[in-house]
Amino acid sequence: MARKILTEHINVPGIETFDVYRKQGGYTAVEKAIKTMTPEEVVEEAKKSGVRGRGGAGFPMGMKWGFLAKPEGVPRYLVCNADESEPGTFKDHHLMKCIPHLLIEGMIISSFALGANKSFIYVRGELMYVIRILEKAIAEAKAQGFLGKNILGSGYDLELVVQPGGGAYICGEETALLESLEGKRGNPRNKPPFPAVKGLYQSPTVVNNVESISNMPWIINNGGDAYATIGIGRSTGTKLISASGHIQKPGVYEIELGVSVEEFLNSDEYCGGVRKGHYLKALVAGGSSVPILPANLITKTAAGEDRLMTYESLSDGGFATGTMLGSGGFIVFDETACIVRNTWNFSRFYHHESCGQCSPCREGTGWMEKVLHRIEHGHGSMHDIDLLVDISKKIEGNTICPLGDAAAWPVASAIRHFRDEFVWHITHPQEATQPGAVYMGEMALV
Amino acid sequence: MTESPNLVAFTPERLETVKEIIARYPEGRQKSALLPVLHVAQEQWGWVSSEVMDYVAGLLNIRPVEVYEVATFYTMYHLDPVGKHVIEYCRTGPCCLMGGEDVYGHLKRKLGIEPGETTADGLFTLKEVECLAACGWGPVFQIREQFYMNLTNEKVDQIIEELSK
Repeated sequence: MARKILTEHINVPGIETFDVYRKQGGYTAVEKAIKTMTPEEVVEEAKKSGVRGRGGAGFPMGMKWGFLAKPEGVPRYLVCNADESEPGTFKDHHLMKCIPHLLIEGMIISSFALGANKSFIYVRGELMYVIRILEKAIAEAKAQGFLGKNILGSGYDLELVVQPGGGAYICGEETALLESLEGKRGNPRNKPPFPAVKGLYQSPTVVNNVESISNMPWIINNGGDAYATIGIGRSTGTKLISASGHIQKPGVYEIELGVSVEEFLNSDEYCGGVRKGHYLKALVAGGSSVPILPANLITKTAAGEDRLMTYESLSDGGFATGTMLGSGGFIVFDETACIVRNTWNFSRFYHHESCGQCSPCREGTGWMEKVLHRIEHGHGSMHDIDLLVDISKKIEGNTICPLGDAAAWPVASAIRHFRDEFVWHITHPQEATQPGAVYMGEMALV
Repeated sequence: MTESPNLVAFTPERLETVKEIIARYPEGRQKSALLPVLHVAQEQWGWVSSEVMDYVAGLLNIRPVEVYEVATFYTMYHLDPVGKHVIEYCRTGPCCLMGGEDVYGHLKRKLGIEPGETTADGLFTLKEVECLAACGWGPVFQIREQFYMNLTNEKVDQIIEELSK
């Protein structure tokens, strides 16, 4: 069995309560940090751990903390990004629902490290029931002296506020999240200034993902160096993977970074393989925005090496033959999946979720959706394929925030690896629009 | 809404909740309470009318347009009256891989309505939503705070019948 950092106690009955969590060693890291360490020492452990942002960007958390400006007399804020909305990703939902005190303990330690006295957990509004679980846990922690004024007699004060979103994928982008937290539309801000200098209420702010922060109790208890021994190279520690699609056992799994894609996909400890009687066609490894891979590039890289579940190995080969670990949204497609239909579906998602601020994204996502809709519905022309590639190139890199890239990559990669399937839709509109029709290469329809 | 604006008011309990929400933020940052307060408003009235938006603007001491632009940006706020149960059905890729489109077709036939519509008896409103972060348990829909997961046609029948009682 692989080592568990986040989910070791997740199945203990009653773990959502303070008492049970405490009995499993909960809040000892808060005691250690607040009673025996300085904030700088806590930041140092985060840096040593090498833990990278688990929301998708993969930026080292300790380094991000190091950028926080600390002007005299200005409050600093920590905001936890729990706006999990990337299609294929549901790990934070699972973690907060099952073991809310882990995030709260992580928030206390992280807030202490950053010198924040008021911290926020911004949860997507659809998870109102999870918000109630978190609020209950916060009340428990406060009653036990781990939150509020003068925590554990240290003189350190911290209030935790859980903020609901209103339904908007874009608020997962950190500056859109801050706008939303200020009670505005979720329009991403131009950077610089970065949140570390001017964030929430124009004050220095750190925004970190739920899973990233939830690693902190273990890192404080065991040391950043110990954390860094798990994993491979710059992919340290464990990662929660949300597994969905055509597999035997969908769910949330904690892996040690470095396990092979082959093992994750096929072993009974994790996905248990593609569903019975079917075979692997494609994989989206890190949430809907990362490039889709065809079967021959999933378990092996283009160079023939084993593909590993690490930031580096998944991106081996660049976008030509690789992808990204992203948020760990692992979506598996068997041979019954229509890549054109799925690409249209994802396109519709990004069009729906574009905030509308930047023209390339606002207009381009709509065009891509429209063109993909007509290809899928038997009205495409050969020119449409190049048109899609052209639009995707004109969106990528030309927007304030990464939503534009996120919208462009699935389309560009689907055409890169499954062009013949798009061509078939255009040349065989009658067959392609039959219910459940899927292109099978030279073979017959499913 | 037929009431005139000055008749729109939170119940005393909800007004307490709203005051408690406003107190969470630093002095002068009460606008941060807008999204949570709109959720409370929707809980009371089922939807968010322009009269309610004006009322919320007054409570938070912000301009009405600041409420309008937020209420219309986020997808969770209903800007028109809705039925007793709003079914928010996930239409995004991973749920579709698990048969989400077929189950959705069944649900629409069962209710006899299209997205955006309400059944004649006022019981159900159907709404299509994007990913609900429950992809491993798809197909999924949500009614208020409740998630209904691993949906099948049979399960949909049961849920609708249960809620129709």
